[in-house]
Amino acid sequence: MRCLALVVLAMLTGSPVLGEDLLTIGMLTQARDLVQPVSPLDRPVTDEGIAGARLAIADNAATGRFTGRRFALVERTIPNEGDPAAALRSLAEEGVRFVVADLDAATLLAAAAAPEARDLLILNGRAPDDALRNEACRENLLHVVPSRAMLADGLAQYLAFKRWRRWFVVVGPQAGDRLYADALRRAAKRFGHEIVAEREWTFRAGQGRTDTGHVTLQSEVPALTRVPDHDVLVVADEGNEFGEYLPGRTALPRPVVGTHGIVATGWSAVSDAWGATQLQSRFEKLAGRRMGAVDYAAWAAVRAIGEAAIRTGTGDRRAIGDYLRGPDFLLSGFKGQGQSFRPWDGQMRQPILVAGPRMLVSVSPQPGFLHQGSELDTLGFDREESRCRR
Amino acid sequence: MQALTLAVLGSMVLASPCLAETVYISNEQDNTVSVIDGGTLRLVATIPVGRRPRGIGLSRDGRQLYVAVGDDNRIDVVDLATRRVAGSLPSGEDPEHFVLHPDGRRLFVANENDNLVSVVDIPEHRIMSEVEVGVEPEGMGVSPDGRLVVNTSETTSMLHVIDAASLELIDNVLVDTRPRVAQISWDNRQIWVSSELRGSVSVFDAGTREPLAKIQFEVPGVPRELVQAVGIQLTPDGSRAYVALGPSNRVAEIDARAFKVLRTYLVGQRVWQIALSPDGQRLYTANGNSSDASVIDLKRSEVVKTIGVGRSPWGVVVAP
Repeated sequence: MRCLALVVLAMLTGSPVLGEDLLTIGMLTQARDLVQPVSPLDRPVTDEGIAGARLAIADNAATGRFTGRRFALVERTIPNEGDPAAALRSLAEEGVRFVVADLDAATLLAAAAAPEARDLLILNGRAPDDALRNEACRENLLHVVPSRAMLADGLAQYLAFKRWRRWFVVVGPQAGDRLYADALRRAAKRFGHEIVAEREWTFRAGQGRTDTGHVTLQSEVPALTRVPDHDVLVVADEGNEFGEYLPGRTALPRPVVGTHGIVATGWSAVSDAWGATQLQSRFEKLAGRRMGAVDYAAWAAVRAIGEAAIRTGTGDRRAIGDYLRGPDFLLSGFKGQGQSFRPWDGQMRQPILVAGPRMLVSVSPQPGFLHQGSELDTLGFDREESRCRR
Repeated sequence: MQALTLAVLGSMVLASPCLAETVYISNEQDNTVSVIDGGTLRLVATIPVGRRPRGIGLSRDGRQLYVAVGDDNRIDVVDLATRRVAGSLPSGEDPEHFVLHPDGRRLFVANENDNLVSVVDIPEHRIMSEVEVGVEPEGMGVSPDGRLVVNTSETTSMLHVIDAASLELIDNVLVDTRPRVAQISWDNRQIWVSSELRGSVSVFDAGTREPLAKIQFEVPGVPRELVQAVGIQLTPDGSRAYVALGPSNRVAEIDARAFKVLRTYLVGQRVWQIALSPDGQRLYTANGNSSDASVIDLKRSEVVKTIGVGRSPWGVVVAP
């Protein structure tokens, strides 16, 4: 009986013109080598990001069912050394006007600047680069994933709350690690911290997984971390190459924070506050694991498009783009506050989780960091600081 | 000594008008229901129930308390004479809010994980029907005349209107982001819906679902994002509405005819659900983050007592 009722409902709400009410969202990812996780407790993930987008399509469809709008997801992967423009062209040919990009900064920038992208709206779900929000900002590009500056500011606010003011920064070898360290230095200055020492991690990656690798680490890590006294060790290791080796091995008994230990992130598998229990449970049903930060960004991007389409009653690229950047858009993102886009650089303003390996520790902005507009704008580049000149 | 006893007794009598009411509060993280005596305003008992108790409501004869225990996927039935769980009802998966239909026989239960409202036949102990609604069904309300049942879906941001007789969905209305509670006015003519993230309450015509008013809240010194609207209570005479404002730690008192905020009360932290006393003179609040309940004397317009309860108090109901 219920099935019959549903069919009738679909017929009643269906648009007379076939396909007019269908909004197709593209999910563009790039080929990546499968990374063997450092911890034996973690399994390699093959559907990071895309699983979040799939869940959001289902969430959008559940609402669209009542308003007569249908949603579909088209997935494309750019091969190694491949051309993003070709992928965008093929998406556009399928009628896609909205693309969630699970791309690294360089590929994302190439994609957004391609002529094929002029009439598309691209939502960044992976690249945390602050340059994309500043010098390289674009009209056709919104950022759902938090920038490195937002992550570092969220962490710095929490460390200020704790009065853990003296930082020892350990930076990994990757370009992203150096940019993360830049964001840490900026945050330290903004929130009154002192970086007492900085070291680069120069050891080989991966030795922790070799048999008795811990023997080597037990002598290497104390040697690297023998520096003037500090309150916390702040690690910048976006590639997850060595950060896991630090807790419990440092020369001084100090907490590890940053990309490992106590982590500042847009989302965490441990998150279950503000109704996140339900989001995690829906995600787990679909993907067989807990939701991570990349999954969350893709989920929030697809949900943002869906929310805008349902509120504006249109699938039009301009109308939805304007609504997303405007004052009325509000996404319920399971982080306790409504999330919206900053009009000056297209970044989604959102709380930053401060997560331990097993439990949520805190959420920034921290109490007392005031702002004349939204306190979420104490995280990252505020209007006055933005170098985005579109 | 005797004089002292008399003085103590005397002050107790003075402090407590002749109230027999009892307040029940579900404690989400404690798996208990706290019992507060409305006369002394003291915690008098703690009843162990199933896991993650949230929605709470009285049976029509007032002898039983229904408690939705989400992690156990059922509704516990507490015998109020013995203050023990005497049985349970099926509820569908992860029940959160529910409402008892005026027929006293049916419970309408929001199943948060399944996008369903389950209709439970109490005497027959079975789910008699399910209504498909939006993602994360939450608030449940019923019109006093028994004709309409309303539900909100948090992630879909909709108000769903169900015909209580045919159990068909008759309307779905987009409302402000993350709607929490829906209540139908005592004259059956209005539907009030709170939005947690927009921090607003919208009022709709119950018959046409046309919007009648939108009430916004401001609390000086509290960031706009933390002024969130959750629990709603409407007075039977239609003169007042009370709205719990979540992490702003306030309850707003509203002129329900002019849709104007009259004042706010400072209560405990993250005030969630609220309940009026049967005589309409007091409002009890469940304060999730401070693990206590506040009592507002509505005649004197002041918070008169804070009572410690279990961890993460969520739902509250008052028995005469």
